Amino acid sequence: MAVAFDEMNGLGGDLRSAYQELSRWLKETPPDALEYRRQEAELLFRRIGITFAVYGDSEAQERLIPFDVIPRIISAKEWTLLEKGLKQRVLALNMFLKDIYHGRDILRANIIPEDLIFQNPVFRPEMNGQDVPHDIYVHIAGIDIIRTDPDNFIVLEDNARTPSGVSYMLENREIMMRLFPDLFARHRVAPVERYPDELLSALRSVAPHSAAAEPTVALMTPGIYNSAYYEHSFLADKLGIELVEGRDLIVKNDEVFMRTTEGLKRVDVIYRRVDDDFLDPLTFRPDSALGVPGLMSAYAAGNVTLANAVGTGIADDKAIYSYMPDIVKFYLSEEPILKNVQTFRCREPQDLSYVLDNLADLVVKEVHGSGGYGMLIGPAATKATIEAFRDKLKREPEGFIAQPTLALSTCPTCTAKGLAPRHVDLRPFVLTGSTHTTIVPGGLTRVALKEGSLVVNSSQGGGTKDTWILSE
Amino acid sequence: MLSRTAENLFWLARYVERAEYLARTIDATLRVTALPAAYIGKTNEWDSALLTAGVGAAFYEHYEEANERNVVEYLSFSDANSSSIKNCIEAARLNSRSVRTALTSEMWDTINSSWIELQAVWTKGGTGNREELAKFLRFVQETSLRFDGSAYRTMLRNDAYWFSRLGVHLERADNTARILDVKYHVLLPEEEHVGGPLDYYQWTSILRSVSALTAYHWVYRETLKPWLIADLLILNDTLPRSLASCYSNLVRNLDQIGVAYGRQGAAQRHARGIRNRLEHSHMDDIFQHGVHEFIQEFLADNSRLGEIVTKQYLV
Repeated sequence: MAVAFDEMNGLGGDLRSAYQELSRWLKETPPDALEYRRQEAELLFRRIGITFAVYGDSEAQERLIPFDVIPRIISAKEWTLLEKGLKQRVLALNMFLKDIYHGRDILRANIIPEDLIFQNPVFRPEMNGQDVPHDIYVHIAGIDIIRTDPDNFIVLEDNARTPSGVSYMLENREIMMRLFPDLFARHRVAPVERYPDELLSALRSVAPHSAAAEPTVALMTPGIYNSAYYEHSFLADKLGIELVEGRDLIVKNDEVFMRTTEGLKRVDVIYRRVDDDFLDPLTFRPDSALGVPGLMSAYAAGNVTLANAVGTGIADDKAIYSYMPDIVKFYLSEEPILKNVQTFRCREPQDLSYVLDNLADLVVKEVHGSGGYGMLIGPAATKATIEAFRDKLKREPEGFIAQPTLALSTCPTCTAKGLAPRHVDLRPFVLTGSTHTTIVPGGLTRVALKEGSLVVNSSQGGGTKDTWILSE
Repeated sequence: MLSRTAENLFWLARYVERAEYLARTIDATLRVTALPAAYIGKTNEWDSALLTAGVGAAFYEHYEEANERNVVEYLSFSDANSSSIKNCIEAARLNSRSVRTALTSEMWDTINSSWIELQAVWTKGGTGNREELAKFLRFVQETSLRFDGSAYRTMLRNDAYWFSRLGVHLERADNTARILDVKYHVLLPEEEHVGGPLDYYQWTSILRSVSALTAYHWVYRETLKPWLIADLLILNDTLPRSLASCYSNLVRNLDQIGVAYGRQGAAQRHARGIRNRLEHSHMDDIFQHGVHEFIQEFLADNSRLGEIVTKQYLV
């Protein structure tokens, strides 16, 4: 694999301008001071309880995501471009969802094969013809961005269901400001702290018509054993809204209420961090104890807004992903600003045969997978693993897509042997309310801490960094 | 607020209070058992400790003998005992996680950092020697003090605060009443008092487990008299762990909730009833009626209040 583009040192080792001050600072700072701060940061995370759970790992039910103290820096100019591209992408996602659940122009125009929608388990027939306030389906999007060169931002994945990680964007910044005040003083870093206010105002703006003038918003969590529970409680706290579980809610006459110490109280907007499948046992999985019986009928009656809407999975499905450039062009008649990674659709015979011939060089992903599970990274895999995957692919080609192994950009990172480049990605969070779309300047930078590794997922040994967007 | 949140806060406070009480009980028992046998008589103080913790019967399902080693283990570190200090702290942490949004960061920090610290003790399966045990017991008491203090200093005075105070005072009243229930036979009225040195150490032990030994002297300016000890623990409103004081607080907290919600209910009435009885009682009458009977009745009334509060607000 070629040498990766480094966010600090570019391709040829020339220091990039956004990193000048950081580079100077790193030279002045003794390495053990960095290590000391790293330990201090870890202690803070542990005490605040910023943990996540790894499923199937009972030994470490609550783990810390490793935090790297070297910030990842993005210049104002780069951000302006990225922001424009993200807004365009999320607008297209919302228009696509409305179309899929209403007129289906895009299918009639033969841009996307019908069976990819209707045979897809994340397509929700319950949403057919269902209107949602202001036609917004994806109120909160987390778009995973990678870079391979200084000129382009490439979308690796759209997360339009219940994207997580924003608490790390906020907490990483808090901790960095505590540990490195002088480094902040030497940079003009755009603040991220207004995210909770932006989120709350976006959520309130999509309240149903039947809501009171001051709509009640609640955050719905699967509970304390969910891997992102910390984030749920963190956000509910920052937004000043109730953190509810399914059992706290009850539906009466197609309205949703929460059980409070003063009796039942109507809920107008639910920022739900529970997957579609578990929302309502009457509509979806009957064995789900996380949901609220009747929630979907209250939703259908227009008495409660769910954010994100039900059925958004059809927009961030990995099979649909490959059509995103066409989707952007179809709805907006614009060229997509953010590129896609070249993607082979294994459901198409030509692509499949190419993929089977080049497994050792490709990354193969399950169409419905997430979190870095069920993925083959050809160049890093053993022969046996590749062969096992080959069988899986042949058995169920429509379940997979493949992409070339990209040299994700790197960023200097603290390692046992001192600073070294490690691969990173970026997840900015895009908020869409009734009047406008907002992106707080920042995001979650994930870093693959193992040398050479391209997997940044926290469940697979990835860490995080603070992401600095510099002001002009 | 959410009923579930209120319920979690209520139990969180109870668990922390109970952990502290257990630590005090073990502490007091260690002191009294360290005395030569001539000073404490034939009663097995470790059995008393189990009874005051309300786990007398359950203990013998797991152990043959109530000795220091077994009882300390069962009350402090046992997984089998749902009310062990360990399980109280674990439950408190779990409850705290569930209601993080209702806790101030100081309260969360107290519970979480203590929990982290105690993992080392759990991993070792307990404390190795008496010195470590003493340190552990002190740590548990300090955790409760810090938790209480941070609640007092940082929480908004709203229903979240009041429900957590309800937990504290209900649990505290239960604990004090249990000690009295186990030790009532050494608390005799003035005219029947024939106690010797044996009882004296029992009395100090009682006072120690509710951290009232010094308070006793300030209140009565007297040597230890069993009827005064009973008076202090039951009727004296100035001692924070007395039944009377717990009920002044319970009535006040319930009233605050009632005012905020614009509604009174069975919980307010029931608490006021108990408070009134305590207010109008005299030790002479209680002795005449029987301390044991009085306390039994109180324990039943107190746990009934817990049920009423649950029904009225927490489900």
